[in-house]
Amino acid sequence: MINDLKDFSNPKKYNSLPSIKDQDIDVLKNMLSTMLLIRKTEQQLALGRKDGLIGGPVHLGVGQEAIAVGISLNLKKTDRVFGAHRSHSHLLALNPDIYKLFAEVLGKKTGFSKGMGGSMHLFDQSNGFFGSTPIVAGTVPLAVGAAMASKMQNLKDIAVSYIGDGSVEEGVVHESFNLAKVSKAPVLFVIENNLFASHMHISLRQPSDMISRFAVANHIPYKLLDGNDVISIAQNSKEIIDSIRNDKEPAILEVVTYRWYGHVDWREDIDVGVSRSIEDIKNWKARDPIQRLSKSMINSKIWTKDEENELINKIDMKIKNDWEKAMSDPYPSKESILNFVYSED
Amino acid sequence: MKTKKYDYGTAILSAFEYLLKNYKETFVIGQGLWSPWYVGNSMTDLDKKFGKNRVIDTPVSESATTGAAVGASLTGMKPIVVHPRMDFMLYAMDAIVNQAAKWSHMFGGQAHPGVTIRGIINRGGEQGAQHSQALHAWFAHVPGLRVVMPSTVADARDLLIASVLCKDPVIYIDDRWLYEQEADLAPIKEINLKIQKPQITLEGKDLTIIASGYSSFLVRNASAKLKNLNIYPEIIDVRILNPLNIESIVKSVKKTKKFLVVDPGWISSGFSAELIAKVVENLDINCLKCPPARIALPDAPAPTSRVLEKEYYTSEEDIISATKNLVKE
Ligand SMILES: Cc1ncc(C[n+]2csc(CCOP(=O)(O)OP(=O)(O)O)c2C)c(N)n1
Ligand SMILES: [Mg+2]
Repeated sequence: MINDLKDFSNPKKYNSLPSIKDQDIDVLKNMLSTMLLIRKTEQQLALGRKDGLIGGPVHLGVGQEAIAVGISLNLKKTDRVFGAHRSHSHLLALNPDIYKLFAEVLGKKTGFSKGMGGSMHLFDQSNGFFGSTPIVAGTVPLAVGAAMASKMQNLKDIAVSYIGDGSVEEGVVHESFNLAKVSKAPVLFVIENNLFASHMHISLRQPSDMISRFAVANHIPYKLLDGNDVISIAQNSKEIIDSIRNDKEPAILEVVTYRWYGHVDWREDIDVGVSRSIEDIKNWKARDPIQRLSKSMINSKIWTKDEENELINKIDMKIKNDWEKAMSDPYPSKESILNFVYSED
Repeated sequence: MKTKKYDYGTAILSAFEYLLKNYKETFVIGQGLWSPWYVGNSMTDLDKKFGKNRVIDTPVSESATTGAAVGASLTGMKPIVVHPRMDFMLYAMDAIVNQAAKWSHMFGGQAHPGVTIRGIINRGGEQGAQHSQALHAWFAHVPGLRVVMPSTVADARDLLIASVLCKDPVIYIDDRWLYEQEADLAPIKEINLKIQKPQITLEGKDLTIIASGYSSFLVRNASAKLKNLNIYPEIIDVRILNPLNIESIVKSVKKTKKFLVVDPGWISSGFSAELIAKVVENLDINCLKCPPARIALPDAPAPTSRVLEKEYYTSEEDIISATKNLVKE
């Protein structure tokens, strides 16, 4: 495999503190607290799964929080976001309602999808989240269609399609890139390149580790970024999203990152042995997007360790309360098996 | 004869070992083949024993890998494609339905894609609508495809070997809910897929119960409880869904004069309808003492939460109560 990503895929590089010069302090605090909320929420899901309280698979994105948080700063509630199997962060960055996420993952009636979907099928259209589903690449053409529709509807809304490095191995992604380009669909393809598709490292699956090579092939403008630098993602995605909105053209944002847990569920070491090494996981943890931002803010004296501890306590309390509430919520009624198959009226 | 203990998963594994060892033209391609956890215990260490050239883990590309296997089969190879879930296989429908199924017929019988496509039914565990489907009826609808659904440990092994050795494209469907069954198997003896018939698993007199795949397993389990109720069903495991050999099934129904079909897929336009139609077409309707009955999944995608899953999937109790109703009539 050709290492076109160069240092982006090296966990020992890109671990410096992000520059926060000229940044709005409230925005910084907001990004930090959303990333922390997502991290701790997913860690709670890991625990719930380990303890057998969650019945179905959970695909956790711990370590990848900066991506959705940076991008969502530049999205509107009327935009059209689509996700896949690892989409908790994509939704929470738009709507941090962790209670509804807990309820959904537990299969409860009060969840985002009324308890009919679970972790892999999330929905929150009023906040711009049109749906996530676990067939790899399944929602990619749907996002293109939602973008084409926005243009027909004379709206300035864009579509966002979150996909992984594995998804480009499905033919439909290439059809979608081409269709988006020739139909000038205002869609942002976000490629979360975490170097793995389940147990298989990208070197076992593709001739190059850089997914944006497909942007070049389709004449789609792209940016390649460190996926663990929330400031850079926020700034760059603002530029890209503005131009998608104004020029009605697709764009690709490739962000290089790493997931701390195994492909599915709570164990870190589940796919170690095929290709993931404990060493890599350790190094990538040092490239932690949350710690990097926090340290940078503390160094600039706009944030303190005490404030951070206070924030963490607040988040822990919220998680505890929301989890308990969701745990005691009812399951969907048995009638819902048939009731939701077709529209009501 | 010397026998050896297998479970359903290791029976499949032993079929792969047999094929890879004895037929150099076989190879296996699909996702998860180098992983210890993707496909249960049914492929463990094959890559280490037979090499990564013949046991190929792939990119996330169902369409291309299936099409490539069809292509390789046209050159004399005997490829086996593995789809760890039947749901993922839908990206490969063109290669299966438009290409593999048609090739022999549209070229006047001059070429035969002898490919085997293994689709695993993997459901339950709150995995939801896209990780649960049993689509055997779709494939059984397509002329040119042989559709095999083993429910026993012996069939899991022997029908896989027969599928791969058959010259036609075969869809081989196994179900993760069957993997814990155990049985003592005699050494492998090759059988001809084309002459395989439905199997009478239990002889009885009160009614005929016809089932395939996981449903056959449920019916077998239910029969022990039915015996305690003094009900003696004749149980038939379909095994080969297409082309379907209906003779032995009709013969049994003529004897018992009542029948129940249990199917692991959805009810409407499902395989249960085909079975009932073929039976009824082939006997004098007046010989039936009551209308046939069927049990299959409700016409809804698989729900996620465990309480709904319990409601949704067929249970032994469902089979027992339907049987009691039929016997009463
Ligand atoms: C069509 C299809 N094939 C295979 C799978 C099994 N599967 C689930 S996630 C996954 C890996 C996807 O990798 P990537 O797109 O990089 O996303 P990541 O898991 O790294 O976030 C695979 C192969 C699936 N869900 N759907
Ligand atoms: Mg990936």
